[in-house]
Amino acid sequence: IMSLFGEVPQATPVAVFKLSNDFKEDANPKKVNLGVGAYRTDEGQPWVLPVVKKVEKIIVADNSLNHEYLAILGLPEFRSSASKIALGEDSPAIQENRVGAVQCLGGTGALKMGAEFLRRWYNGNDNTKTPVYVSAPTWENHNAVFANAGFEDIRPYKYWDAEKRGLDLDGFLGDLESAPKHSIFVLHACAHNPTGTDPTHVEWMQVAEVMKRRKLFVFFDSAYQGFASGCLDKDAWAVRYFVTQGFEMFCAQSFSKNFGLYNERVGNLTIVARDSDNLKRVLSQMEKIVRVTWSNPPSQGARLVAITLNTPELFAEWWDNVKTMADRVLLMRASLQAKLQALETPGTWDHITQQIGMFSFTGLNPKQVEYMIKERSIYLMASGRINMCGLTTKNIDYVAESIHETVVNVQ
Amino acid sequence: SSWWSEVQMGPPDPILGVSEAYKRDTNPKKMNLGVGAYRDDQGKPYVLSCVRKAEAQIAAKKLDKEYLAIGGLGDFTKACAKLALGDNNEVIKSGRNITVQTISGTGSLRIGANFLSRFHTEARDVYLPKPSWGNHTPIFRDAGMQLKAYTYYDPKTCGFDFQGALNDISKIPEKSIIMLHACAHNPTGVDPRPEQWKEIANLVKKRNLLVFFDMAYQGFASGDIDRDAWAVRYFIEQGHNIVLSQSFAKNMGLYGERVGGFTVVCKDAEEAKRVESQLKILIRPIYSNPPMNGARIAATILNTPDLYKEWLGEVHGMANRIITMRELLVANLKKEGSTQNWQHVIDQIGMFCFTGLKPEQVARLTKEFSVYMTKDGRISMAGVTSGNVGYLAQGIHAVTK
Repeated sequence: IMSLFGEVPQATPVAVFKLSNDFKEDANPKKVNLGVGAYRTDEGQPWVLPVVKKVEKIIVADNSLNHEYLAILGLPEFRSSASKIALGEDSPAIQENRVGAVQCLGGTGALKMGAEFLRRWYNGNDNTKTPVYVSAPTWENHNAVFANAGFEDIRPYKYWDAEKRGLDLDGFLGDLESAPKHSIFVLHACAHNPTGTDPTHVEWMQVAEVMKRRKLFVFFDSAYQGFASGCLDKDAWAVRYFVTQGFEMFCAQSFSKNFGLYNERVGNLTIVARDSDNLKRVLSQMEKIVRVTWSNPPSQGARLVAITLNTPELFAEWWDNVKTMADRVLLMRASLQAKLQALETPGTWDHITQQIGMFSFTGLNPKQVEYMIKERSIYLMASGRINMCGLTTKNIDYVAESIHETVVNVQ
Repeated sequence: SSWWSEVQMGPPDPILGVSEAYKRDTNPKKMNLGVGAYRDDQGKPYVLSCVRKAEAQIAAKKLDKEYLAIGGLGDFTKACAKLALGDNNEVIKSGRNITVQTISGTGSLRIGANFLSRFHTEARDVYLPKPSWGNHTPIFRDAGMQLKAYTYYDPKTCGFDFQGALNDISKIPEKSIIMLHACAHNPTGVDPRPEQWKEIANLVKKRNLLVFFDMAYQGFASGDIDRDAWAVRYFIEQGHNIVLSQSFAKNMGLYGERVGGFTVVCKDAEEAKRVESQLKILIRPIYSNPPMNGARIAATILNTPDLYKEWLGEVHGMANRIITMRELLVANLKKEGSTQNWQHVIDQIGMFCFTGLKPEQVARLTKEFSVYMTKDGRISMAGVTSGNVGYLAQGIHAVTK
């Protein structure tokens, strides 16, 4: 019989996962994986946060806990404490009862729910033509999330200046000025992925001014809170500033990186509305979208985060664990930059220490990237993005030498 | 002014909303017979012993929390397929199935709906049995499919309208998608007998329909894993390349951990690879990769012989308690003096009982007795205990006499 799926084409694999796969199959003992965005210790190992281990034991020992369904919108104590992390304990918006949240499957799930809601209810009903702007470059899944939610017009906004290896502020502001009114802008709250380049406070204020004046929708993607500076509050500055400016907005939060809970899929879509009445109606519609997607979210990770955030000693320990990770990244940045300078590698390398968070946009071009992979078994994204967490005191010399050799030999 | 002034208040979910209404009720005799979540004879959630053991084993292993692959935990997906299709199934041996881990049954249906919507371009219509699980319709609709129905339940007998089903199925346009509940039909509890399944399989083949099996209750219908998967396996044997949704919410009690699988039975291994690649493309923009915890528990149970044995025993136990409650409910109704025919309560299978109560009667049962159930007259037998079955009989008798 003819197969119903005879015409289904082979899809190209998701780049970042293919990279990890290729790395796994590489037999070179010196290989280094600077691909996927997951934290690694100085031994190159995944790190289950000490506070997470502690809380897992608490959960296992608690016989009053079971595996019953969570509510459609998720675990209430998770949602509220997660929103507080983003907006601040004393956020006026929270005190005014106009902040709500949807527990989602990781940061991706939070973006998905926000996108689905906006397509149905923002700027008219089912207005798939509302432009969605994502930074150039951005996380490669942003485009697909919004496209799959039905948006037909997804555009880049200028962000990364390859020549000066920094923020193209004029380009960014220019695109905000020329965007059609009500366009949706996906902003990286901190530790921009993949460039590691964040606006300064003053620059964020300029962005906010234009967005308010031109009635553009603010959709923050906050996947690295804590990872940028090591301080959760500092990293939330932009999100909180926009709240003070009176925006109704979404903030998709991920706890994959700052809690190291990658595979438990812990995310939160924080919603800041004009008032509690609008919030209530928004949440009721969010429920309907959740119900036809996953019915209700997974309980383990949310429970873990909720217990941690709501228990003072555990919360303090978590802050500490986050700082440990951020500090190691800062150390690797400093070391790499110092080594490249010592080697007198052509070009400027200040961007390595100026950039923030897990990633660095090295500036290596695709040919150079290919050389790094094929000749040196150092795996990084075609964009030149490296994950600083893949660097260790043991491999940093090899990586620095490899970058040097690549830049010298390949143009 | 707000962006959201025009956003209407959404209605409460017809099934999950029942639990929320129940929670707000202060009547000490209240009963939640809404959502299909198993309860023990004390009316308490039941964490399976094999689950606790698996959790302890997992904790001792000190595993990391790295992202799963988009398609999920390999140990889980392999075992999931084996459970449904049988250990020595030719499909698995030849590698012509692709099974991905999903966010329980809902997530599986949604991925399936999205996949069919994108790749099954010959037909937009999905035929559901009348009635079907309330969430089937919005899931497929949201994925861009159109919903139609085939006769299934006979309200006169509270049983299966076999001839009605065959008549309707014989008229379904070729290449349409037909949804079949593998066992323990939700909401009616009415399942075809094997000889009836055989005729349905035959007719479906003649009509060249794409079969979508929803198996959310494997083990819960008869208490026997293999018996409950019989229809799925039969259809495959007969040459139907089905798509299949599985849930471990009920049979492992892993509700909130969201453990499920979606399987496409393909022509061959090469096609399975192509289909797999496309499923990943569909999954990534929704949630990137699935949650580990529940899948790890399920995989441990399925892949550890003594845990697996213990699990089979516990599923059997849960199914038996439900069967006992069915018998008790009927006995109590008779004791109350009801003259209605309640045989269907015993004949129906699985977690649910389609009582035959009409909406007004349901409303009275909720209002006057604080017995919570869905408007269609469906009750979750799992919520019935030896302690409250008498009260339930009282209430049902009161609104039906």
